[in-house]
Amino acid sequence: MKTKALKFLRYATMLVFVLTVIRQITGATDLTSVGTASAALLLSVPIVLAGLGGLFSERSGVVNIGLEGMMVMGAWAGGMIGTKHGPWIGLIAAIFFGGVGALVHAIATITFGVDHVVSGVAINIIAMGLVRYLSTLLYKSGSWLGPSQSPDVNSIPTNSLPILSGGQYFGWKSPDLLGSLAEKHWFFISDLAAILRGITGDLSYVTVIAMAMVPLSLFVLWKTAFGLRLRSAGEAPIAAESLGVNVYAMKYAGVLISGALAGLGGGFLAIVAANHYQENQVAGRGYIGLAALLFGNYRPGGILMGAGLFGFADALQLRDSASVHALILLIVVVLVGLVVRDVRKGKIVKAVLTLAFAGLSLWYFLAVDELPGQLVTMTPYIATLLIMSLASQRLRMPAADGIPYRRGGLR
Amino acid sequence: MKKIKLSTLVLAVAAPLAAALVSIVISSLAVLASHKSPFDAYKTMWEFGTTSSSLMQMLNTATPYYIAAVAIAITFRAGLFNIGVEGQLRLGAIFGAYLGAKFILPPVLHIIAIMVIAMTIGGLWAAIAGYLKVKRGVSEVISTIMLNSLAGGLSSYLLANYFVDRTTNSNNMSTKTLPASGQFPDLMPLLNKIGVEDQPGGGVYGMLIFAVALGIVFWFVINRTRFGFELRASGSNPIAARFSGVNSKRMTFVAMALSGAVAGLAGLPAVLGDTHAFNMGFRTGIGFSAIAVALLGRNNPTGMAFSALLFGFLEVSSRSLELIDIAPETYVIMQGSILLSSVIAYEVVRRYKITLQSKELAKAVAA
Repeated sequence: MKTKALKFLRYATMLVFVLTVIRQITGATDLTSVGTASAALLLSVPIVLAGLGGLFSERSGVVNIGLEGMMVMGAWAGGMIGTKHGPWIGLIAAIFFGGVGALVHAIATITFGVDHVVSGVAINIIAMGLVRYLSTLLYKSGSWLGPSQSPDVNSIPTNSLPILSGGQYFGWKSPDLLGSLAEKHWFFISDLAAILRGITGDLSYVTVIAMAMVPLSLFVLWKTAFGLRLRSAGEAPIAAESLGVNVYAMKYAGVLISGALAGLGGGFLAIVAANHYQENQVAGRGYIGLAALLFGNYRPGGILMGAGLFGFADALQLRDSASVHALILLIVVVLVGLVVRDVRKGKIVKAVLTLAFAGLSLWYFLAVDELPGQLVTMTPYIATLLIMSLASQRLRMPAADGIPYRRGGLR
Repeated sequence: MKKIKLSTLVLAVAAPLAAALVSIVISSLAVLASHKSPFDAYKTMWEFGTTSSSLMQMLNTATPYYIAAVAIAITFRAGLFNIGVEGQLRLGAIFGAYLGAKFILPPVLHIIAIMVIAMTIGGLWAAIAGYLKVKRGVSEVISTIMLNSLAGGLSSYLLANYFVDRTTNSNNMSTKTLPASGQFPDLMPLLNKIGVEDQPGGGVYGMLIFAVALGIVFWFVINRTRFGFELRASGSNPIAARFSGVNSKRMTFVAMALSGAVAGLAGLPAVLGDTHAFNMGFRTGIGFSAIAVALLGRNNPTGMAFSALLFGFLEVSSRSLELIDIAPETYVIMQGSILLSSVIAYEVVRRYKITLQSKELAKAVAA
């Protein structure tokens, strides 16, 4: 465990260093700014929650493509209830509505044995239709200004990590060490400080709660009897049943927790990331959460890393298109790294192909000064595809994931 | 023996019937929630939906749904799931419209050329997902969804920067209008001959004929050819398929590409038959509704035709709900509840059938 954490720290530091070098070369200062890191964290949270949602469901053996729909329900409920009863009640409503979506998925897949992907896609279609219908009703009744947007929700207070990142604690104003370090413009050190300041400063309390879900999930799934039973339902349900585990109940629990987390992720989008619900707010984040789950090889820590990468790409895209342009250089660096690896392994043909692709990317980087807006918005999706294609070969999914289970082995 | 046959018949009807009942109950509840009478709603929808003008629009709505649903069914039969039809049809349509306006060919050939372009583009786009699945093990469900978002951004980028027709000054960005040889003739003249009168804003896409033909070809290829057999085999049992000499990786790739090629055509009915160009108003969501159509129709050519027509009917007829102050979006609830309840009903009936069969078998063995 300790070596894993060290390895992670080493890779993270390396990544920051490469980013610093690229920032120095391209002048895209936003690449390692406090604002970018902070936005990246904010945008990672919904994906982390969706990914953890997928984790609980798939560890219990139920594939959950319906995450997207559950997030949509959560976002809508967060906006709808949040405007009336305040942000915290809104978040609880979001969790509840995500859970309702999950209940439908659970009934269809566990009780009736419907194909998991089919049921999940059906739920996505239904959820989007349902919230559109309900929003129209609210608009018609005059409580909403438009059929696709809720009124504003009050915001949830923020705070910072004491001593390192400032903030107010019981009237005491904490120093902001990282913040002042970030403004020194020292090569690499200030960049590192800025990124740390971004992810520890001005945090919404919900962000802290959501991020706490990562170690909590790890604990629940791997250190408790409940977690062991839930995972056994996803690995070997027949064996689990023979040992007295109620497999149906475990699967129901997995899917319901999944929906609650996804609903919270949707509510986060509406209440914390924005301050109202808007149609298409979720925009595929449920699916990206699933991608993070696969990238993270069905482990909470991996999900966090995957979500962080997507959040970073998304943040750059939203803040500053010059940084996305600089990101192409990062792709070139990664590709060159792959070429070196392939040459060492003796895969010459592959190396040449990769090198050609790297050359093409470099040419594009040099030829174009700024990426057009429509292409910049595609960044998170391209990042998802690239990361998935580079990483998903060593997957070890739960052995009985996606297989409809019948008690007593009936089909 | 006769008794079994009767029960199979009952079971075959039971699933759709139960699903229809459940969805009517759910939709009625939705209408009741807005303090309106469901009965009025259905009556208004039926009266409006059965006028000839509405029926024509129903056919026009159903045509792209059907083509896209066939595309999805191809992957379903191969044990895959192409959710990327939305993106494939969008790119197929924009490239077909843009490139198709660049040349002039004799009438029929021109349309065929545009179709080939759309199929190529759609097929290549889907092939990315097929390649990633086969070579890198990336789930096609996720990659096709990402490709959808990419196709959306790419098409608006291409339209705004390269494909837009700058000779016309319009707020609605559009590609150049297709020459007459590239426009699919409307079915209206034919319908006139059999006594259907012209309707304001009416007309039936000529690609309806093509969609019907596509359904027949799909049925034939899947059920009556070696290729279709191998496709189904690699879908239902990849290991057994491998032992009987089917390269299931190759089939996966081919199925994705083929599905994308068919999907590329689904945007053409409106482009070739109505707007004669690709513009900003290009309909979105066809690919997603088509998933529902394919699921509801059980990937069966006839079943999908019925469900495409049903979806078209609900969409068109629900516009009349505005007249009696009910949100037309009610149709989404209807479609969704039909989809979910039928998916569950089919599964329940399938399982009941198996139980029934094993009971019969037990009886036969005992006797």
